[in-house]
Amino acid sequence: MNQYPYWKYVLIVVVMLVGVIYSLPNLYPEDPVVQVANSTTDVVDADTRLQIQAVLEGRGVEIKSTEFDGAQFMLRFSSADDQLLAADILRTALPGNHVVGLNLAPATPGWLRAINARPMSLGLDLRGGVHFLMEVDMDAVADNIYERYTGEFRTQLRDARIRYLSVERDADGVHARFADADSRDEALRVLRREYRGDLDFRTTQSGEVFRLSGTVTSDYLAAQRRLALQQNITTLRNRVDELGVAEPVIQQQGEDRIVVQLPGVQDTARAKEILGATATLEFRLVDESSDPFTAAETGRSPANSRLYFERDGTPVLLQRQVMLTGDFINDASSGIAQDSGSPAVFINLDAQGARIFSRVTGENVGRLMGVVFIETSTETVEEDGELVRRTTRTEEVINVARIQEQLGRRFQITGLDSTREARNLALLLRAGALAAPMSIVEERTVGPSLGRDNIERGFNSVAIGFFLVLIFMALYYRVFGLVANVALTLNLVLIVAILSLLQATLTLPGIAGIVLTVGMAVDANVLIFERIREELRNGNSPQAAIKAGYDRAFSTIADANITTLIAALVLFMFGTGPIKGFAITLSIGILVSMFTAIVVTRAIINLTYGRQRRLKTLAI
Amino acid sequence: MKLNFAKANIDFLGQRRIALVVSLVLIIGSLLLLGFRGLNFGIDFTGGTLIEVGYPEVVELEQVRSQLETGGFGRATVQYFGTSRDVLIRLAPRDGENTAELSEEVLDVLRGGGPAGVELRRVEFVGPQVGEELREQGGLAMIYALIGILIYVALRFEWRFSVGAVTALVHDVIITLGIFSLFWLEFDLSVLAAVLAVIGYSLNDTIVVYDRIRENFRKLRKQGAEQVMNLSVNETLARTIITGVTTLLVLLALYLLGGAVIQNFALALIIGIVVGTYSSIYVAAAVALVMGVDRSVMLPVKKEGAELDDRP
Repeated sequence: MNQYPYWKYVLIVVVMLVGVIYSLPNLYPEDPVVQVANSTTDVVDADTRLQIQAVLEGRGVEIKSTEFDGAQFMLRFSSADDQLLAADILRTALPGNHVVGLNLAPATPGWLRAINARPMSLGLDLRGGVHFLMEVDMDAVADNIYERYTGEFRTQLRDARIRYLSVERDADGVHARFADADSRDEALRVLRREYRGDLDFRTTQSGEVFRLSGTVTSDYLAAQRRLALQQNITTLRNRVDELGVAEPVIQQQGEDRIVVQLPGVQDTARAKEILGATATLEFRLVDESSDPFTAAETGRSPANSRLYFERDGTPVLLQRQVMLTGDFINDASSGIAQDSGSPAVFINLDAQGARIFSRVTGENVGRLMGVVFIETSTETVEEDGELVRRTTRTEEVINVARIQEQLGRRFQITGLDSTREARNLALLLRAGALAAPMSIVEERTVGPSLGRDNIERGFNSVAIGFFLVLIFMALYYRVFGLVANVALTLNLVLIVAILSLLQATLTLPGIAGIVLTVGMAVDANVLIFERIREELRNGNSPQAAIKAGYDRAFSTIADANITTLIAALVLFMFGTGPIKGFAITLSIGILVSMFTAIVVTRAIINLTYGRQRRLKTLAI
Repeated sequence: MKLNFAKANIDFLGQRRIALVVSLVLIIGSLLLLGFRGLNFGIDFTGGTLIEVGYPEVVELEQVRSQLETGGFGRATVQYFGTSRDVLIRLAPRDGENTAELSEEVLDVLRGGGPAGVELRRVEFVGPQVGEELREQGGLAMIYALIGILIYVALRFEWRFSVGAVTALVHDVIITLGIFSLFWLEFDLSVLAAVLAVIGYSLNDTIVVYDRIRENFRKLRKQGAEQVMNLSVNETLARTIITGVTTLLVLLALYLLGGAVIQNFALALIIGIVVGTYSSIYVAAAVALVMGVDRSVMLPVKKEGAELDDRP
């Protein structure tokens, strides 16, 4: 009567087994972990590994186990307190080029890892961490382009021996002024040949002055903007790596935004500092011929000098001419200066930088040199209802010292307030500059305690809701209710297995989606069972009622579920992070429930009742 | 356990005028509320900063407030969140202020003096332009979902059913929003997701009823449209109620145990499902009937004259 072919039973059993195996890893709790990496050599050597273990044992911190993957050294601890303590100890004990990061690592047994069975990753709202949405200042990109062209125009015109009055830039482009039309036309010919495709040229005349204006083409600007965004993403990635965060997410969103998610990061102030800042150094000679205090009082400095201030407010006059900019720095690390014992940053220059620097320092031995620290941060603020972007540029002299000897590739700078500051500066110098300033337009931070609460609450609500439905179904539909309950349990297992296989991120809204699915997954069974009851009332035999119930309910179930899927799809397309999580679990839940509620329950019912020819009643 | 839905024979469509009055009153009331009072938008949509802090002991709100006032944040709204150890601090966006750094400053103020052991639980900062975009996207999402459903139902059934289904959905959404406005509940992204899920659920209900109407039109040739519809609503009544009950059971668990963050989400779904169940019984079929659905529209269309047209 009601029988499935054998392959269907086999299929169901296989799906069940796979589902159970791949959802298993989620039962193992995660270990708090400290990861140590070496940012200069990329490998934590054996000596350091032994040193780490010795230091921690000396301080009485118990290590659960250690792993070494060829580059990173990973230490597992049994509690988060041990983990934090160990990280603090290691941060001070290890040399500055070591990065100590906190993380959670799954404690999945080896045989499960071997078949690639991993637990779901938990969202920021469940494990704690920060989420930033950063917006790249695209106006600055055009500005940078024009700044570059202003210099290039001058060089080009000089090289072509064309006399010009001035080359200036504004927000609309670069403008060169000439005294006669011939020079201008000649300049147009030269520049157009050089910048075909990049710039559109326009000529104007006002009185005796002939102007040539270059405006960037929209194609070129768009390409430069894309490039700027890409470079910012790369830089952010470098910086995040330096922060020692595992499993960070750094993604483009839209045309000018970048999403940064840092799981487990608690110190948001530091994260913001590192992500948003652009910092560089400049080396300038001190103008020793004038008195900086007089300059500070009068506000007037000599023509070839500029007034700066040291951190304690002492004024200092530095030459306008820069000896070296931070662009030539190719590596930096932090540590303690041997001679003074104060925090220091050790700088490594590239070949060109080293050549320049050794020449200028060689020429100026015995003179004073100032190190200027330049930090730029951008933010968007609302002013009188208008959104205004404001860039703050902080320049301060962190160190003034006499040049004792010719400096080369490697040297150190001191004058920083703390080791932390030294670390940040080294990090920023190392991780490169941002192509355009960025500002944080959205932030979501979840503390670790709230994360734990959220997991617990989410789990409890799934468990309780699930059991309430199980009890209700068993009471209302008796044997058939129990069958539906088996299907519902399998449904839950399969959702977890699929989410784990996809390595989807589970968030609180995602859990809500699962809970809602539990409620709605029984709908298919309710439809089928009500139909069977109806068929029985109409006088059909139990076997015929089962068959008709399943057959007739199918198109209704399909229609109803497809429409819900449409809603879930729209949620997925328009929603951001958390809403997407809800949409994904809801969609998976609906699709899985079609399998469990129809195929699986039918198989069980076939096995229970299918062979009984003289079946009189159904426990429904 | 067996509730006696089997013999249910309620004249749902006969009561459609009463239902119409009830629905109209609810909708007009909701629209008035939404128009004059609006929604209590959360910072997802308005922009601003929200900081949740936890204390080890019960804390007095007055204490936190005065602390913030001394620190220069007198305009902050302070309230308990879930328990009297968790405090929620909200700061509206203000002109010319560095909003990204605000959370750190507030935390510094709370750490200096006042009850010890304050712990950061959550920070949400949404820039004004992001808030504006989210509001726009949210509205669009709702409209696209409705259009998608309109098309699917029109293809699968008939356009008059489509109008009925979408009317029922708009009805559900407006009343749910109205209740959120009436009780001044916070409307954030998660509530928007809930409203969209309500659309999915309520539609599910409506489709089940329509499916049965279509089936009965084909089976019972001698009865009038109203009778067929009434029969269909009654036949599916058991399923409508049982599914509603199971879904409400889990949502109740979510509402009571899911924590304060998820509470409004669960509440929106609970309201939506109650309203959605009502609308699929009283509104969806009634609108289809008023639109003129009868047997003829449900029968397979015969292509009359198709052959003639094909002649050269």
